[in-house]
Amino acid sequence: MAALFRNRHLTGWLLASPLAAVLAFFLVLPILMIVVVSFWGATEFSIYPAFEFDNYHFLLTSPVTLQVFLNTFKYALVTWALTLGIGFAVAYFLAFHVRSQTWQIALFLLCTIPFWTSNIIRMISWIPFLGRNGLANSTLISWGVIDEPLEWLLFSDFSVILAFVHLYTLFMVVPIFNTMMRIDRSLIEAANDAGASGFQILTNVIIPLCKPGIMIGSIFVVTLVMGDFITVRFMSGSQSANVGRLISNDIALLQYPSAAATAVILLVTVLMVIGTLLRFVDIRKEL
Amino acid sequence: MTQATKPGLSRRTLLTGAAAGVAASAFPAPMIWAQNIKDITLRQFGTGVSNLNEVAQKVKEDLGFTLEMTALDSDAVTQRAATQPKSFDIADIEYWICKKVWPTGNLQAMDTSKIKNYDKIVGIFRSGKLTPESTIAQGTAPHSVGFTSGPGGKDFVAEESGWMTLIPTIYNADTLGIRPDLIGRPIESWTELLNPEFKGKASILDISSIGIMDAAMVCEAMGEIAYGDKGNMTREEIDKTMAIFTEAKKAGQFRAFWKTFDESVNLMASGEVVIQSMWSPAITAVKSRGIPCVYQPLKEGYRSWGGGIGLSANLSGLALDAAYEYINWYLSGWVGGFLMRQGYYSAVPETSKDFMSENEWGYWFEGKPATDTITNPQGQPMAQAGDVRDGGSFYDRMGAVACWNAVMDENQYMVRKWNEFIAA
Repeated sequence: MAALFRNRHLTGWLLASPLAAVLAFFLVLPILMIVVVSFWGATEFSIYPAFEFDNYHFLLTSPVTLQVFLNTFKYALVTWALTLGIGFAVAYFLAFHVRSQTWQIALFLLCTIPFWTSNIIRMISWIPFLGRNGLANSTLISWGVIDEPLEWLLFSDFSVILAFVHLYTLFMVVPIFNTMMRIDRSLIEAANDAGASGFQILTNVIIPLCKPGIMIGSIFVVTLVMGDFITVRFMSGSQSANVGRLISNDIALLQYPSAAATAVILLVTVLMVIGTLLRFVDIRKEL
Repeated sequence: MTQATKPGLSRRTLLTGAAAGVAASAFPAPMIWAQNIKDITLRQFGTGVSNLNEVAQKVKEDLGFTLEMTALDSDAVTQRAATQPKSFDIADIEYWICKKVWPTGNLQAMDTSKIKNYDKIVGIFRSGKLTPESTIAQGTAPHSVGFTSGPGGKDFVAEESGWMTLIPTIYNADTLGIRPDLIGRPIESWTELLNPEFKGKASILDISSIGIMDAAMVCEAMGEIAYGDKGNMTREEIDKTMAIFTEAKKAGQFRAFWKTFDESVNLMASGEVVIQSMWSPAITAVKSRGIPCVYQPLKEGYRSWGGGIGLSANLSGLALDAAYEYINWYLSGWVGGFLMRQGYYSAVPETSKDFMSENEWGYWFEGKPATDTITNPQGQPMAQAGDVRDGGSFYDRMGAVACWNAVMDENQYMVRKWNEFIAA
């Protein structure tokens, strides 16, 4: 028995097995299940095991699929660019302009306060604000900036992206802030001494060293936006669609196999996006 | 999707009930009946409209047995009735759901000779005609799926065969809701939903099976499409309808689409939308906030829906007797009055009359001006003295039904087209 435990291979396997078991049971198995069901057939109120390509055939030949995927990418791309800009600026301010650590922590916690409520509530609270007779429009009218209420404030792509940016910017701030705090300040001093301008320090020192943080934040934001359905539904007034909504519609109509097929395609797409992102930065090396 | 089930009845209770039923029939003493029926629990599930806790309480009071209610959305109801016959005793479903579910054999035919008020049930559910002169509307008209050939039948028959699939319980006529204060002129036709005057201020519901009907009412009223049967469209008719609505959507006609009751109330109350498809209680909810809202009768008629209760094929013995008892009680007036005071109609209106005040009966059923404040069963005021119900009397409203909620043969095709419309 004691000899067994001295076998390094065996202990290694044993140590890894709990995590492997958890992942296999709660991650791999459900995904396999989704893949299996995506080949099943469905009637109006039941699903039956089969191996057919109907779901994929319909999905890949429907013009709506392409349109919806493009829409999903549009949301992901615009949200990513905005959250990156805002998130980087906020993290930069916290890491390099706020000198005292107490203030850094205090301001950082301030950023997380909105997260004390559910994200659906944070999202829905925009609706009365942006509405035709909402706060934004009535304020602008009373200032004389506009005469007629702005219709595009609510139930439009604008409101969808606004909500996304509001909901997900923090996911960008946290990892970027984290990598910025690890940057050795003597590197910046050295760059200064070597005569680099502030902008050069930013582009040649800080941004390259922040890459892992930017990448982790990007992965968060892109996957969250691509998998979302509820924000798009509420903020567009059900008028726009993304892939998540296709899936939720199918589920509501009991078309589980078709929903599973869409989910598989979405999963593959997201993995491809993340794979591309990871080619730019080797996160494991940089961390 | 929620599949909430209330714990309580187990197979054992049912078996005890069944065993007691055998005992009761062997020794037919009324005492045994009266005691055993108290042990019966009937599990009813259905959509939220008629699954009311007040009804369960009153059943306990009047009949002595327990009724457990589970409310689900209509998709889940259909699925459960079709696939889990052992999970319920009584299914409270709409007639178009019945068309899907009845052929599975999960429900049992009901002997109309055991239904005391059968002769008083409104004509819509028997011959299909409200009055002998009425014409039958399009769609899944309740009488067309209301009868089967006999016990064990899985078919539908046209005539009153003495075996009913569902006992009708609740129904109403739906139309468009409008904000009269923001529109400021009379609205008379379904075409107004796509009138460019209301660009960016219209809405339609995003529930495909009902939304397509409202869309069809509009297209027909515009004279764009002549449907063979709006409740059972051909692929070509579906394509044309969706093309007209997609064009309107792209032109910015719609402010939003709604899926839940609350969304429709908020859109209307906030003034985001001034004309939209709506359900009767949603109108009341807007009005109760002090905002004017009218359930506008339109010249092309109403889109109507009806629900009823069906018995699980597994029910037998004492539990089955209790279920018949429950049905007879349901039609005897108290529930009808309760439902009618919310703006729905009862299948046997004349029995409900005894459970309503003269003022209530006049306002809700006869379309007369209220003589005093009208309140709903919870005591909230719904109308003031002098008000008249939108659309008038029972015969004015139910007599003007143009189409019943339906399930089409091309349902799956329609759903896909609807999804394209939403994504367009």
